[in-house]
Amino acid sequence: MTTQEALFQYALRLGDTNLILGQRLSEWTGHGPFLEEDLALTNIALDITGTAKSLLEYAAQVEGKGRTEDDLAYLRNDRQYLNAQITEQPNGDYAKTIVRQAMIDCFDLYFYTELAKSKDETLSGIAQKSIKEVTYHLRHTTSWLIRFGDGTEDSHNRAQTAVNELWAYTGEMFEMNEVDAILIKEGIAVDLPAVKLKWEKHMSDVLEKATLVKPENVFMHTGSRKGIHTEHLAFILAEMQALPRMYPDAKW
Amino acid sequence: MEPTTFEDVFEGKLAKNEMIEPKDWMPENYRKHLIRQISQHAHSEIVGMLPEGNWITRAPSLRSKIVLLAKVQDEGGHGLYLYTAAETLGISRDELLNNLHTGKAKYSSIFNYPTLTWADIGAVGWLVDGAAIMNQVMLQRSSYGPYSRAMVRICKEESFHQRQGFEVMTHLSFGTPEQKAMAQDALNRWWYPTMMMFGPPDAESPNSENAIKWRIKRETNDQLRQKFVNQTVPQVEYLGLTVPDENLKWNETKKGYDFSEPNWVEFKNVISGNGPCNKERLASRNKSHKDGEWVRAAAQAYATKQKEVYEAA
Repeated sequence: MTTQEALFQYALRLGDTNLILGQRLSEWTGHGPFLEEDLALTNIALDITGTAKSLLEYAAQVEGKGRTEDDLAYLRNDRQYLNAQITEQPNGDYAKTIVRQAMIDCFDLYFYTELAKSKDETLSGIAQKSIKEVTYHLRHTTSWLIRFGDGTEDSHNRAQTAVNELWAYTGEMFEMNEVDAILIKEGIAVDLPAVKLKWEKHMSDVLEKATLVKPENVFMHTGSRKGIHTEHLAFILAEMQALPRMYPDAKW
Repeated sequence: MEPTTFEDVFEGKLAKNEMIEPKDWMPENYRKHLIRQISQHAHSEIVGMLPEGNWITRAPSLRSKIVLLAKVQDEGGHGLYLYTAAETLGISRDELLNNLHTGKAKYSSIFNYPTLTWADIGAVGWLVDGAAIMNQVMLQRSSYGPYSRAMVRICKEESFHQRQGFEVMTHLSFGTPEQKAMAQDALNRWWYPTMMMFGPPDAESPNSENAIKWRIKRETNDQLRQKFVNQTVPQVEYLGLTVPDENLKWNETKKGYDFSEPNWVEFKNVISGNGPCNKERLASRNKSHKDGEWVRAAAQAYATKQKEVYEAA
């Protein structure tokens, strides 16, 4: 694998992760638990979809085969998608959406803080912009997680159930493969085990404040680095890609 | 002569084109009329998020997805300013929402029509927001301060939305034959419902007279409808599409178009609950509100606990 190929894969992985998460979050738009929160979550969806666009644009540019970010988003199949499986998990109730988002926001904060130091100027630039956004997202989602955990018995149970369910998808966020090895050598990619330590510490603190229990010895799902997903992704893509697939000659 | 009664002061302000503010005395009918109008407007923004939100996950390009997300979020933001403006008249958000959820309060009947294709997202932005702007530009000069100021901000965003809607229509109309057909189909379905947005003909409009007298409204339904047609027909021509009205003709004498009236029987039907999506829209609003109940309860419970901790310290 050349550095260019690795960089393409890396940008796709990050772009896909943001795209699918943004897609899931935007399902809430117009259906939030109350108006202010509807606006806030839509704002997060917007930031994340914007990051996805920048990353896929860069992936297309690195690939150098004349594809656009839309070609990458709309004309690849599920087995070619590299998003983390946690992002494709259904929204569930608001506790599940918030827990999923808090887990990812926390990862993103430490991840983008490292990526901002990348020797790749484009990735570093995207990361610097993301840090500002993600800092706000994390504050928002963790404050909800704490409210749920330490709110009513019902909200506590919902939050704990969501934490238990989703924890099994967090291991994948820290997996590395040949792509990472090549790019770390070049000073481009982030060393994930270091991010993992910070993530675990931060999540433990938040869960403690929320009076929730951190799951131990959980089996971790894996596969997305190889384009293996849960059953949900194909449905997400079928919906998202419908128009460009139906009208292959059209420009929008 | 110096004004002697509250009523004189109120009338005096209207006469001098001054704003009425929340703490000013106002006739009860004026307050009621405003609550009705502002809350209807707020509900329209919130219900309006549904037909457009319907296409966010299926927007055909990343750019159009981002634009649509931002647009629907803006509509929610408009709802928020307007609810706040209504609250200054002494009604709570809970009460306002309850009126919406129980079907007691109305919202713009346009949102009871479905968005069936992507072109509908273009048509809604272009035609529906275009029609809304005609109403709203006038409302920026409305006599009630909080409403008028909310409208200034809303108008800026709405005209942006209208341009975005027109951009979608442009892509489609100058795209493949199938895209152009999709655009024409959307125009066919949205033209008359949009015309209905200005309300019934002046002769049959029960609330217009007071609204004009109080400077809440400044132009009549028919005047606005005419203005809308005059403005929109050249845009339809630019797109190479056809207005679905055989009677549409330029009238040199009135320097405006003659056009067919929308089907007012259909209008009454949709208003009274029998539009294509009335039940879905209301059910969707009710479901979100109900599903959100435990979230609001959790926030409340947590805030109470925090307050106790704070007070004990």
